[in-house]
Amino acid sequence: MANNKLKRRLNKNSFHQLTSDPALFIGVILILASLVLFIVYPLYAAAKLSLSDDGVFSLSQYQYIFTHSYYSKSIMNSVMLGAIVATLATFVGFVFAFAIAKGGIKGQKFFQPMAILPIISPPFMFALSVILLFGRNGLITAKLLHMDTSGVYGLKGLVIVQVITMYPIAYMTLVGILQAIDPDLETCAMNLGAKRIKTFFTVTLPLALPGIFASWLLVFVGSLTDFGNPIIIGGEFDVLSVRAYLEFTGMGNLPRGAALAMLLLVPTVGVFFIQKYIIKNKAYVTITGKSSRRGSSSVTGVAKIGLFIFTLGVSLFVIMFYVTIISGSFIKLWSVDWSFTLRHFVYAWDVGFTTLKNTLILATISTPITAVLGMIIAFIVVRKSFAGKQILDFLSMLSYAIPGTAVGIGYILAFNKAPFKLSGTAFILIAVYVFRNVPIGVQGGIAALKQISGDIEESSTNLGASTAYTFRKITLPLVRPAFFAGATFAFVRSMTAISAIIFLVSARWNHLTVLILAQTEIMRLGAASVLSFALIVVVMAFIFIIMKLTGLKQSQIFGTTK
Amino acid sequence: MEQKNDNEYLVLKDLTKIFSDGRGNEVTAVDNISLTIKKGDFVTLLGPSGCGKTTTLRMVAGFELQTYGDITLDNKLINNVAPFDRNMPMVFQSYALFPHLTIFENIAYGLKIRKLSKEVIKNDVAMVSQMVNLVGLENRYPGELSGGQQQRVALARALVLKPEIILFDEPLSNLDAKLRIQTRTEIKRVQQMMGITALYVTHDQSEALSMSDQIVIMNRGEIAQVGSPEEIYNNPNSSFVADFIGNANFIDAKVSEIGSKSITVTVQGNSFEVKKTDEEFSEGEEVALAIKPEAVDISLEPTGFTGKLDVSSFLGSITEYKIEFENSFIIAIHSNTAGQTVKHFKMGEEVYVDFKKEFFRIYKK
Ligand SMILES: Nc1ncnc2c1ncn2[C@@H]1O[C@H](COP(=O)(O)OP(=O)(O)O)[C@@H](O)[C@H]1O
Ligand SMILES: [Mg+2]
Repeated sequence: MANNKLKRRLNKNSFHQLTSDPALFIGVILILASLVLFIVYPLYAAAKLSLSDDGVFSLSQYQYIFTHSYYSKSIMNSVMLGAIVATLATFVGFVFAFAIAKGGIKGQKFFQPMAILPIISPPFMFALSVILLFGRNGLITAKLLHMDTSGVYGLKGLVIVQVITMYPIAYMTLVGILQAIDPDLETCAMNLGAKRIKTFFTVTLPLALPGIFASWLLVFVGSLTDFGNPIIIGGEFDVLSVRAYLEFTGMGNLPRGAALAMLLLVPTVGVFFIQKYIIKNKAYVTITGKSSRRGSSSVTGVAKIGLFIFTLGVSLFVIMFYVTIISGSFIKLWSVDWSFTLRHFVYAWDVGFTTLKNTLILATISTPITAVLGMIIAFIVVRKSFAGKQILDFLSMLSYAIPGTAVGIGYILAFNKAPFKLSGTAFILIAVYVFRNVPIGVQGGIAALKQISGDIEESSTNLGASTAYTFRKITLPLVRPAFFAGATFAFVRSMTAISAIIFLVSARWNHLTVLILAQTEIMRLGAASVLSFALIVVVMAFIFIIMKLTGLKQSQIFGTTK
Repeated sequence: MEQKNDNEYLVLKDLTKIFSDGRGNEVTAVDNISLTIKKGDFVTLLGPSGCGKTTTLRMVAGFELQTYGDITLDNKLINNVAPFDRNMPMVFQSYALFPHLTIFENIAYGLKIRKLSKEVIKNDVAMVSQMVNLVGLENRYPGELSGGQQQRVALARALVLKPEIILFDEPLSNLDAKLRIQTRTEIKRVQQMMGITALYVTHDQSEALSMSDQIVIMNRGEIAQVGSPEEIYNNPNSSFVADFIGNANFIDAKVSEIGSKSITVTVQGNSFEVKKTDEEFSEGEEVALAIKPEAVDISLEPTGFTGKLDVSSFLGSITEYKIEFENSFIIAIHSNTAGQTVKHFKMGEEVYVDFKKEFFRIYKK
């Protein structure tokens, strides 16, 4: 067929583009090689170990896991926790998104940051707070209510903590979708006789449904792969990520630990594919026609008050956790001696200064690398065509789908011997940060570059501008927000990482979050509070500086792009 | 006892809308307008973009609460009636079709809300689909239809409710020119057939002229003139209306004498009389004269008026000339007789301009 012939010719051309542009060729080869080495190879190493018994291929590890309730229980627990948290967090995120995008509640300046605040928090800051407030010596449970309880450890505590940690994921997924729903549609429904509540259920909610589904899946995966919260507050409630870690490092049962981590991979990769190939095509096509974009009061006064109270309640709850951590830093012995002290700071300085410094150094090194690499890959994917482009696109996004626990185990297995002996070095940590966070930069970059149609660049060239000039004056300014958003995310995620790096830290290169975990485990909660406090301050300061230097707004950095 | 009065079906009284952004900035979008609409009439709000048409319509529909003023429908004050209880379906500029519902479900939406039986819904939707020529598309989604078809779905969704009044907000502005003309006859036909009162917003004068029983010209939130299409076209009461509705040419003139019925003005040294209007003028005053292009021609013989040709466009039955006259540009229209060749003028050439002087209207400058 002529069509096929054309296709073949295009393919030939695209291969030709690669060979005729040596810089592009070398660049693509280098990037592909590094993606294979740092994403595929470790995964392969972990998978191989989990599938072998004394060097021969075997499914015995998996068989063992599924036939022993000790392990299969943790799978059940993880799934159950994930489902509960996904449902609740999506609900909370939806209410926030609805209140902000459609409800027109007062105090948007306060609620918008509150809707995303928890994502910049250290991984188990909320778990720590919950222990201080509701634990055995908790301020609220023990002191105010005189309850003798350890009930906060386990499912209940985990649900609270993960919902608070993850509702921003739901919010960020949903707010853009709700904003994109043409207000004319809701106005029109009312015009046709639907009361406000009916309008919500027949128009707004159905249109948000794909987003709700996406959000549920994202949070589900987030809960499943969470390591920081369950290790602190999980108690007897065993989940997969913690089980894998304990098995691998505690018991030294490497194959079983690897197999447990591989099991985490199944849902995450599944969701990754659903996201990439199903939900994308499910989104409702926008219809032609110019919208007035004018809302009409589609929320009743009572509903508005309800939304306000709910979002305020959640916000105050979140703030309470922050206040608890900060107070915990200054209190001599929580629940026993409430007097003011600075001794936790002194102690934290002693044990934590070097770690804080090293954590910062590594995050600062890896952030620009991540952002630049992400933008380069995005640029190649959007603007160049050559055979194998899909592979580049796929690989660069894949690490998004791999749970940290699997990455950590994979890295240890892959890089502990020649020819890639990296364990114990700073390099391995930087590699983890870069390759785990690069998908965010790639995604943002692709979205930004796609907005700039080739036409804009061509018309600039057409007006006589050189390619370099076009890039500097047209392309660069337009991708700038995406670049800094990617950089900010990379930094925050590097600073607050735990699930992968806990396998990779060494005495020389420790990470602050791992140190906080250690302090919590030995019940030095004051010091843990101080270190968490320090981490929050560093992250906030970084975001503040980026916003001041670049003039970008919160919504541009934590954009509504999914 | 309430008296039904079909001459005062929809009444807007002193209607005003002031938007404030909460930071002390206020925009008066609609400024104290009063309007009476007869039952069964097709009434058009016409005016340039931003003059407050949509805001007026949205107040009538109840989407926006007026700052002052009253809206009365069929002798009942409806100021406080919720939008979903007003039963005044509106056709949106964006069509506002529900993208997650099929065409059938879109059209049936209002009927379902009214809890009609499945049978009735099916019948009514089928009838309306027939009427607006949508048969066979019922199971498609809006995204799968062309712009013209989407527009008809929006219309059907409103008509199926058998409303007494229907609101339109620039429903044709997203269609291409040919379809626009087709659809406006369609709308007019259906409106007359069903005897529905229509309040129609547009910024397109030919749409307004061809469809309306009454035209309401709006300017900066106020009503500039109300009247039938002929009245407005032939007797615009202000230079704004003259300009907007007739694309009038404006030329500078000076008042030389004021008579009892007419005013003598001077243009390019020629004096002639124009009809007096309500406006007061004084001798020696600089004024503007408006004249429609079809009352201006280009002449081969001297007429006393000369201009400089800028561009000529041959359009088949007519030729349009753009002429620099005094300090402004005017448009002249020459009817071409079939078979005769048109005389060609060069750009910048001096030409004689022929005004049908009885069509001049005088306005304050
Ligand atoms: N929600 C609003 N807030 C502030 N100003 C508005 C709002 N809606 C409309 N306006 C202003 O009111 C004026 C009239 O707008 P509109 O009724 O849409 O005009 P039209 O439909 O005639 O183009 C415009 O100046 C517009 O900017
Ligand atoms: Mg408008």
